[in-house]
Amino acid sequence: MTDQITTDPSKPSQRMRAGSMTITVLPWVAGAIALAVMPAIFTSNSALTIMNQMWITVVFALAYNMLLGQGGMLSFGHAVYAGVGGFACMHIMNMSDFFAAMPLPVLPIFGGLFGMGMAMIVGSFSTRNAGTVFAMISLGVGELIAACSVIIVAFFGGEEGISGDRTYAMPFFGNEFLQQIDVYYLTSFWVLVSAILMYLWSRTPVGRMANAVRDNPERAEFLGYSARWVRFYSFTASGFFAGVAGGLFAINYEILTEENLNTASSGVILLVTFLGGVGFFFGPIIGAIAFTLLQTVLSLQTELWAFYAGVLFLATVMFFPGGLAGLLMMHVPVFKLGHARSLVMPYLKTLLPAAIGLLGLAALVEMTFHFRHAALGDDEMTVFWTTFDTHTILPWIIAGVVTLVGLGIARATAPSLKEAWSAANTAPPVTTAKGGAA
Amino acid sequence: MELILVNLIDGLVTGLLLFMLSAGLTLIFSMMGVLNFAHASFYMLGAYFAYQISIALGFWMGLLLAPIIVGVLGAGVERYGLRRVHQYGHVPELIFTFGLALLIEELVQFIWGKNQMPYNVPEILNFTAFSIAGNSIPAFKIFMIFVSVGIFVGLLFVLTKTRVGMIIQAALSYPRTVEALGHNVPLIFMGVFGVGTALAGLAGVIAGPVLGTFPGMAFVLGSIVFVTIVIGGLGSLWGALVASLLIGWLTTFAKSYNVRMEDILNGIGFSTPENMGESALRDLWTITSPQIADILPYILMVLILIFRPAGLFGKRHQ
Repeated sequence: MTDQITTDPSKPSQRMRAGSMTITVLPWVAGAIALAVMPAIFTSNSALTIMNQMWITVVFALAYNMLLGQGGMLSFGHAVYAGVGGFACMHIMNMSDFFAAMPLPVLPIFGGLFGMGMAMIVGSFSTRNAGTVFAMISLGVGELIAACSVIIVAFFGGEEGISGDRTYAMPFFGNEFLQQIDVYYLTSFWVLVSAILMYLWSRTPVGRMANAVRDNPERAEFLGYSARWVRFYSFTASGFFAGVAGGLFAINYEILTEENLNTASSGVILLVTFLGGVGFFFGPIIGAIAFTLLQTVLSLQTELWAFYAGVLFLATVMFFPGGLAGLLMMHVPVFKLGHARSLVMPYLKTLLPAAIGLLGLAALVEMTFHFRHAALGDDEMTVFWTTFDTHTILPWIIAGVVTLVGLGIARATAPSLKEAWSAANTAPPVTTAKGGAA
Repeated sequence: MELILVNLIDGLVTGLLLFMLSAGLTLIFSMMGVLNFAHASFYMLGAYFAYQISIALGFWMGLLLAPIIVGVLGAGVERYGLRRVHQYGHVPELIFTFGLALLIEELVQFIWGKNQMPYNVPEILNFTAFSIAGNSIPAFKIFMIFVSVGIFVGLLFVLTKTRVGMIIQAALSYPRTVEALGHNVPLIFMGVFGVGTALAGLAGVIAGPVLGTFPGMAFVLGSIVFVTIVIGGLGSLWGALVASLLIGWLTTFAKSYNVRMEDILNGIGFSTPENMGESALRDLWTITSPQIADILPYILMVLILIFRPAGLFGKRHQ
């Protein structure tokens, strides 16, 4: 086997290993305020639903990145732990006596404990290896449990799943969580707490050793740490927080089905985390927010949203494995040098036409799809608020021209953007700076 | 006794089909050290291409052309996608193939829609070859067996007896040395990837009419193929063969003999509880073997991983 060249951590756009970045108190306070203020800005019920889903995905994605970014373990079956946690919470909700004596905000802890228990069982044999073997075991176990969910009806409820009612819990300071907004604050509280805990975990010796084992297991063993046990601890902790996410899901939706733990949802969480960027602690948070928005907005507009998500995902893997967080962090040196303003115009010149070209391409894709699959006689379609007949030539020409011109301009201006980028990243020579140059 | 024979043939067909996929997958794995999650997607593409070609040119041209197209596509994926991602390391490679699998499924739905395609057994093979005690064996199954066995023998011959095979085997173990001897190793890698995906495509061409040509077909078979090569031992061709046949027979026999858990438990001395309505173990008592046939490979995999982590024929490494 050839020697392993991994992504260059000094290039944020390619960075795939999460380091131990220091986050001061300020971002946490800002995050808490944002969480508290959000429902005042977006007051509609659907916005609340979307935000709830977003925060649950944030917890899950952060838990997933404890494995992928911090521990270098690629799991294709992580939805299992969230799902098991969620199912356990659902069963607790249905235990009327026990549930009536317990305030609802405590419930996610039980989800976490069950997720952790499941992770301990599976982790006992799956964490022996990292890399490909671990990935395959996670896939196999994920499939096994997803298949079991149809057979073990007592726990997983078969095809229709398990449902319950959160309002039977002991009132929490008189609150019975009847309203969506109450659930929002419960979820927000747990998002903040779990994010802080996961961050602190990455700062503990175990968390730091996880990084060491990911980068060089052999060397870590020579230092006296068992690579296997370090992986096991990361896996267990990740299972706990995944279970918390499952518990939050149970509280929010009051139903869990096989869909919550099958391979498709495991794939989605990989997509979310990777899109956000696994190289930074906050990457998955960005990923979860961006993906949930993309999903809710795009899926209302087009049937093909999964196709676009797939294309975006592949493009991310191929061209900037650092994800969105990597792209953001790429600009930190520019800001530090104070050259950010010189990049605005080149960016506009290249990215705006590129975006228009891509939209044109999307229109072509939509038209092709409509042309092939629409019912017979249904010739009209609406793209970008214009309705037209896909069986005439004119719309095709317009979309084609927009695509070609947009991408053409982007291509033509790309070299000057590159120049501006390297100029913005160059520090002024020290001597002139001392001499007080303008 | 007759039923056993019928099941043996059915299991053989399933097993050999699995082998055609796992052989390519395991070759690619030992070559690049990366698992191609999109392998089963190429199998699906094979079936769809063959269907599209068979409309215009008939089944046999589909059998000939579809694997070639799939192989060329596979080689293109290696050349322009995987090789680019390779510089980032193994985990991004795995993620890349995973994303590719998702994308191919969406693409197939985009082009052919979500419904099953009417891709059928060709007329000339649509008859009963022979029957065993009233159970008829269709000729197409015999045809599938012959194709897969032919492929296996051919592959074995090329890999062990020809010069090309020797170079491939050498390139698998010592790529640097082979490169120093003047061979174009990236080209060999691309070729092996192409041939592996072409084999998957061929499996799709002959499985499509029997198992159905629909967008979920890659997903149905995909994870079983990974289980197969884990059980057989990663990178071992013989292991892939043995594990494929094992899984083929295991699932076929479990499906055709209705063994009930209740009988087994009664047999070893547990008596059936009177009232199972609310008991947490009620599902354990009502399990039957056809019900769990599809998850038996996964259970087998977990057991293998616990007791023999390198797989049946795998070499212990690390």
